[in-house]
Amino acid sequence: MRLTVDGTDLEGDPTPGQCLRTFLREHGHTEVKKGCDAGDCGACAVIVDGEPVHSCIVPAQRMDGAVVTTAGGLAPGDELHPVQEQLVEHFGFQCGFCTPGMAVTASTLTEADLPELDRRMKGSLCRCTGYRPIREAITAAVMGPVRETGSASRPVVSGGIGASVIPEPARRIVQGREPYTLDEPVTGSLVLRVVGSPHAHARIVSIDTDAARAVPGVVAVLTHEDAPATRFSTARHEHRTDDPDDTRVLDDTVRFIGQRVAAVVAETAAAADAAARLVQVEYDILPAVFDPEQARTPGAPVLHPGRTPEDRVADASRNVVAALHEGHGGDIDAALAASPVTVTGTWQTSRVTHAQLETHGAVGWLDDDGRLVIRSSTQVPFLARDELAHVFDLPRENVRVFAARVGGGFGGKQEIFTEDLVALAVLRTGRPVTYEFNRTEQFTRASLRHPMRVSVTLGADADGTLTAMKLDVLSDTGAYGNHAIGVMFHGVAESTTVYRTPVRHIDAEAVYTNNVPSGAFRGYGLGQVMLGVESAMDMLAQKLDLDPFELRRRNIVRADDPLHPDEDPYERDLIIGSYGLDQCLDLAQDALRRGNGVAAPQGWAVGEGMAVAMIATIAPNGHVSRSKVALRPDGTFVVRAGTAEFGNGTTTVLRQIAASVLEAPFERLHLWTADTDAVEHDTGAFASTGITVAGKALAAACQSLRTRMLQLAAAQTGTDPDAGLLTDAGVATPAGVVSFASLVAAADPAERDENGLFATGDEEGRLRSVSFNVHAVRVAVEPATGVVRILQSVQSADAGTVMNPAQLRGQIEGGVAQAVGSSLYEEVLVEDGAVLNPVFRVYRVPQFADVPETEVYLADTSDTVGPFGAKSMSESPYNPVAPAIGNAIARALGRRPFHQPFTRQRVWRLAQHPEPAPTRPAE
Amino acid sequence: MDITSVTSYRFASTRDDLALGPGEKILAGGTWLMSEPQPDVTGFVDITRMGWPEVEITDAGLRIAATCTIARFVAWSRDELDTPVPDGWHAAGAIPDAAHALLMSFKVWNTATVGGNVCQSFTAAAMVSLLAALDGEAVIWTPDGGERRQPVAEFITGQAKNTLRPGEVLRALDVPAAAMRARVSLHKMALAELGRSGIVVSGRRDEDGSTVIAVTASTLAPHVFRYPGLPDDAQLRADVATPTDFFTDALGEADWRRAVTAVLAERVLADLAMEVTA
Repeated sequence: MRLTVDGTDLEGDPTPGQCLRTFLREHGHTEVKKGCDAGDCGACAVIVDGEPVHSCIVPAQRMDGAVVTTAGGLAPGDELHPVQEQLVEHFGFQCGFCTPGMAVTASTLTEADLPELDRRMKGSLCRCTGYRPIREAITAAVMGPVRETGSASRPVVSGGIGASVIPEPARRIVQGREPYTLDEPVTGSLVLRVVGSPHAHARIVSIDTDAARAVPGVVAVLTHEDAPATRFSTARHEHRTDDPDDTRVLDDTVRFIGQRVAAVVAETAAAADAAARLVQVEYDILPAVFDPEQARTPGAPVLHPGRTPEDRVADASRNVVAALHEGHGGDIDAALAASPVTVTGTWQTSRVTHAQLETHGAVGWLDDDGRLVIRSSTQVPFLARDELAHVFDLPRENVRVFAARVGGGFGGKQEIFTEDLVALAVLRTGRPVTYEFNRTEQFTRASLRHPMRVSVTLGADADGTLTAMKLDVLSDTGAYGNHAIGVMFHGVAESTTVYRTPVRHIDAEAVYTNNVPSGAFRGYGLGQVMLGVESAMDMLAQKLDLDPFELRRRNIVRADDPLHPDEDPYERDLIIGSYGLDQCLDLAQDALRRGNGVAAPQGWAVGEGMAVAMIATIAPNGHVSRSKVALRPDGTFVVRAGTAEFGNGTTTVLRQIAASVLEAPFERLHLWTADTDAVEHDTGAFASTGITVAGKALAAACQSLRTRMLQLAAAQTGTDPDAGLLTDAGVATPAGVVSFASLVAAADPAERDENGLFATGDEEGRLRSVSFNVHAVRVAVEPATGVVRILQSVQSADAGTVMNPAQLRGQIEGGVAQAVGSSLYEEVLVEDGAVLNPVFRVYRVPQFADVPETEVYLADTSDTVGPFGAKSMSESPYNPVAPAIGNAIARALGRRPFHQPFTRQRVWRLAQHPEPAPTRPAE
Repeated sequence: MDITSVTSYRFASTRDDLALGPGEKILAGGTWLMSEPQPDVTGFVDITRMGWPEVEITDAGLRIAATCTIARFVAWSRDELDTPVPDGWHAAGAIPDAAHALLMSFKVWNTATVGGNVCQSFTAAAMVSLLAALDGEAVIWTPDGGERRQPVAEFITGQAKNTLRPGEVLRALDVPAAAMRARVSLHKMALAELGRSGIVVSGRRDEDGSTVIAVTASTLAPHVFRYPGLPDDAQLRADVATPTDFFTDALGEADWRRAVTAVLAERVLADLAMEVTA
């Protein structure tokens, strides 16, 4: 078959069942990405004979003679199509994985499509941006170039901190040329496919792999008999003892539907699939439990009977992984009884999938030295490396893990879901092995956001001053305890300590069930608990007839308050390094009062709602980044950091930090990140630490290098180091310029590496600050259908010093968009342990039409802990949105929703019943 | 996605080619077949090169080839093809609305076919919603070389279920000319604004004043309600609530579907009433 792709002839012989997407990729066109492989997301869009199509659902057999254009061919050579230019200029991507398909689709639009943009773009999903910058980019592109007057926030391609610097790979990303995890195929790689359990709880009696092994092309079929006995946790933290050792690479007991039973490794996907269907497994089916309350009730099936507190499982006999029962300030029930006003309610959250457009995936091989090398879509390459070494009993130096640009994370890639199986398969076969999740596996074999039942009771004085706060939280961790402990403890932390209350009592447990496992998700438990706390605060405001902003002002933690008022030894490392919550409240309230002129449709009920959020800028118990920067003789710098880029914008900010401190343009900076070969250690890209830890370490390294450069130049010239200036030619001293080469030459051997003069910088996260967000909305609700329309959406944020205004806005808008999804639309439905909607056509990731524009306002603060006064702002924008929307619906309808998401059917039901509102979920 | 179980792919160009071997499956656009693993399918028989004219106008009405893509069908309704839309065929104006009711984006319209949408027979199939209200008929080639016809509303018997028997192929969808001259309105509701339909109510008012209302997506099979004139609101609300197959799945729960079906039916009725006075 012959076809033309991006102007070049392509000759090939697709297999009978092959789709155009994989056929193109197989021939080097990795511009074409896989988000869903089912026609729902648009990441694989190409133009065929003038018409845009989703190449994953087009039979390749039909393509003889076709003219195909990918994102790489929209413009000649390295040039960009106008819409690609605008996507770059408008920061129209974060992780960038959906962007090539987005660009292809957008390139077919004209000005006439603008009124229909929501419909035209509904088949192009972006999980990161919230679409506003994409909408602006398309509009600008089809309207033609508009001359803009210069402004402070104008995007630039190189610059220091405070500038809206465009991510360095932007032009490659919009063309699909930036390589992601599996975009640089490894020659001779085998394909790995998993056989999943059909049962929610069963002991494997036997596995017959003979028929599978007999399929031509099959190289190995791996079962629990091949897997290491060592138990670990797929969740990764700086300390492996933070998470329970309850998981094996392949186990002889399965605890959820879809759990890996066997892995087939074959020359082709067809052979692997065929063999996977032939693996015969005999199960001894065990009783299963799906409800977390039942799971901790005596008599329930026990999922992990052998685990003990030494494995970090609190009480295996009750299926309880983690428990917290503590009070401060006195007897909670007495305090509530004595409170003039009390409110109480029970809220329920649902399972949510991260929906990163790039699924989990890894490719592994043995390098020339016999070292196990794994290229993975991971937020935590160092922690994955360490755990693989532990599980497979390998010296750490015999394992290398690295990440290319990662196509979205949101916490989901702070886990090991592919690397361990790839490692096992590589070690067993000696061959390169690729394991790429399909979209359904993301729902059934990865992790989902922890569903939590959150009961909150508040007591207050008649003037609204809190007197008591009582929480009862039940978290469903599913079949394994990955992140169960951390999510539970974090969940009840900043959500409650943001308020001053004399008496506080928290009961919380995280419980095993035979459901698909839960795991780390943007916000790390806070969002679930805040739904309860912030909604209860709203009930209190209603009961006292107080403005909800005013109620917050009376009760929020103040700048000079301790976060733990009594002798609580917990979190002594957490301080308020800067305080902008008061500003955030004012900014959001003012914006809501101003309104935005958007009216509700006639007959719809209207309500306003708000919620506050606080988050620590670093995870507790240490978060380490070791950074290294070297000056080469030619004046370029090799900037090394361990953290990963998955759309969070960290690599842009790292470049900005280096550019600022070393006074060098981006052309002189070469960044090397997310590779266990690059630096000694890095905890990884989670807990919103890209700036606060990785940035701080890098700033320290750059500062040291700068100091040494000035010292060396001063020593050579006999001048004062303080008089030196860094220039493009070298260090300018009062006695002339000292070249970079002579600086390197003059350096002590101990401060030279293969590149030149180096310095290191470390950050261990031993002191942490807090960031703040306030979200406010005005919504309209149609009682007859349950449709909720967000008329105005406002978020104010206290991120300290703003490192990159456009990227910061993007993080906030993207967080809000993801939260709008989980507030109104997204719910992974599980029945008897089976996921009912494991594809995008029935799981509603927000489309263009679903995300309102959010007004973003920033508090003016500077942090004493973070680098350059900056704080985190990646997870926290997500957290206050659901309670704000729920509070608005409650005020619109006069009845409160208790079950998130507030879907149209739930809201409709709420609107139908005239009796007084319940205080628990109706279902 | 790659359908790795498939080991043969052939293009059918004659009716004889449509005889299926073991494991073979008819593939039109292929947008659904390529979207999920098909472990029982070992061969695809591609019917897009059968040479069936996309749309044909006859005295009896409109014939839509099963292989006509959604995009071409919409283009025809906008009078962008060589086959013009006959004067007075107001129903053509509802075709883009029906296409918009599909979850699939306009990019998928370029590949997906009208026949495929009907044969897949998902409750949310928007072409079914349209054709049910227009008294569309399925023209089915039988393996003995014959043909049978069946109203689309009866052809669909449940979620992803229809009356197609082994060896049968959907050839075309016929819509009577009288229905094409009717005024048509279609309203949908999903759990998200442009999401996969949970409820679709479509209706038409013929030149003789009679009214047809079709309920799809919210029930497992289509339901058609006929009135000599415009029904009153209360009667329509009561009628559309009578089906016993409102159902619950990821696209909506039965109680919501039933209630909102009545809301959308009223909207359709209001549109049809307005058309008359206009």
